[in-house]
Amino acid sequence: MPDTPIAENNPLVQIRGLRFARGERMIFDGVDIDIPRGKITAIMGPSGTGKTTLLRLIGGQLRPLAGSIVVDGQPVPQLKRAALYQLRKRMGMLFQSGALLTDLDVFDNVAFPLREHTKLPETLIRDLVLMKLQAVGLRGARHLMASELSGGMARRVALARAIALDPMMIMYDEPFTGQDPISLGTIVQLIHALNEALGLTSIIVSHDVHETAAIADYIYVLSGGKVIGHGTPEELARSDSPWVRQFMQGLADGPVPFHYPAADYAEELLNNKPGAAP
Amino acid sequence: MINRLQTLGRWGLIRFERLGRGSMFLMQVLAGLPALLLRPRLTLQQVYATGVLSLVIIIVSGLFVGMVLGLQGYNTLVDFGAEESLGVLVALSLVRELGPVIAALLFAGRAGSALTAEIGLMKATEQLSAMEMMAVDPLARVVAPRLLGGFIAMPLLAAMFSAVGVFGGYFVGVGLLGVDDGSFWSQMQAKVNLQEDIMNGVIKSVVFGFVVTWIAVFEGYDAVPTSEGISRATTRTVVNSSLAVLGLDFVMTALMFGGF
Repeated sequence: MPDTPIAENNPLVQIRGLRFARGERMIFDGVDIDIPRGKITAIMGPSGTGKTTLLRLIGGQLRPLAGSIVVDGQPVPQLKRAALYQLRKRMGMLFQSGALLTDLDVFDNVAFPLREHTKLPETLIRDLVLMKLQAVGLRGARHLMASELSGGMARRVALARAIALDPMMIMYDEPFTGQDPISLGTIVQLIHALNEALGLTSIIVSHDVHETAAIADYIYVLSGGKVIGHGTPEELARSDSPWVRQFMQGLADGPVPFHYPAADYAEELLNNKPGAAP
Repeated sequence: MINRLQTLGRWGLIRFERLGRGSMFLMQVLAGLPALLLRPRLTLQQVYATGVLSLVIIIVSGLFVGMVLGLQGYNTLVDFGAEESLGVLVALSLVRELGPVIAALLFAGRAGSALTAEIGLMKATEQLSAMEMMAVDPLARVVAPRLLGGFIAMPLLAAMFSAVGVFGGYFVGVGLLGVDDGSFWSQMQAKVNLQEDIMNGVIKSVVFGFVVTWIAVFEGYDAVPTSEGISRATTRTVVNSSLAVLGLDFVMTALMFGGF
């Protein structure tokens, strides 16, 4: 059990002994994570460590091999479909691409969860959608189609859609990747502001160290299927673990080697005879 | 030898596994159908997308197929002095066979491939995943209306194809080749049976509509979510549904008209 100093007695998400594999490859091998309520918690790690997979496990889209995932007191992998869908209504998720429905415009995209799950009159839905769009600064873009939006705008619309049902938590999948500096700043600020204003719990999955460290209250660093370090951004910056230091400071060589495993360099160059294997 | 057997076995296993998955998928989609009754707009949109948007190709093809039938039929019948029966020949060929079959093949190429590509792209761009996370079942919200829409649209398209084809045959036979107007229609009226010919044709087109749409939505939903995967799935939709239509057509024709 992680000795998280800020974890309260009742974290919103509690993961214990999580194991998950894709085919032969072990993605998680005994992962323990606590996501405290009302905070921004970041899950960081190099590409391919299964950070997105972790979000899908929390959302119940994948089932773990072993271990428990408890969200707001409910064991996600054991939930029946109806209960899982009820729980998901209280979870928002922001996909990396935004995942807006391409046959709908911005307004209808944000209205989608409201129309699917509530029987609110259309006038009320209009007001709610405009409020959500105002929060992300795109009220004026409500008539644009999803394909007409830039990547940053699409993510903001998706964020408005994610908060449409006033969820208790939002999971962000790589929210900073591939953004220009302005929209990057906008999104960093939005995540922070929404978390404060709406009293949300946020989980950010990312490998962008600076942006994430700027707003996260607590960070878990994953690598090789395990949590290799966790703490507040300040604690991690001071960490003496070579793994964590290599990741947080972006060093090319370290415990994660710069070179892909290969035979001895000098030997390979000297053995360069015609007809030898390339 | 053993290797070949192994390959054959693996091929067979993969086919059966896919068939099994396709059937389970169908069951899950069918479970979403009752909810659609409350929201007919979703289905109507799909009838428009699969049906109305396929009208041009169906009408043009129907016209040409009818005209060719008129031409070929006349040249054969005139040798026996039976060109007055041209109307019967054109109408029966269309209503029993060519209407349902060619309309289904065109439907697979026009609407089926579009369905697969659309659903495959929704999967690749995480739209289906996002729906799941919004607690909306994509099978009920996306796939079920498309299945029902295609199922409704296809028999209507086949009927349209046959009707336009008869006029094509009329245009060539009566208009250009001089077959008697009255006998063209009266023989057709006398010899085409509502129960045996038209109903059987309708049954065929209903079955084809169901099978083609099922294959199309399943291939889309099951596609590997990459551009290459989607292009493969689209090809598979057209190939598999065309083969299924032709195979089923033989089976149904044998049962309906084979005298077994």
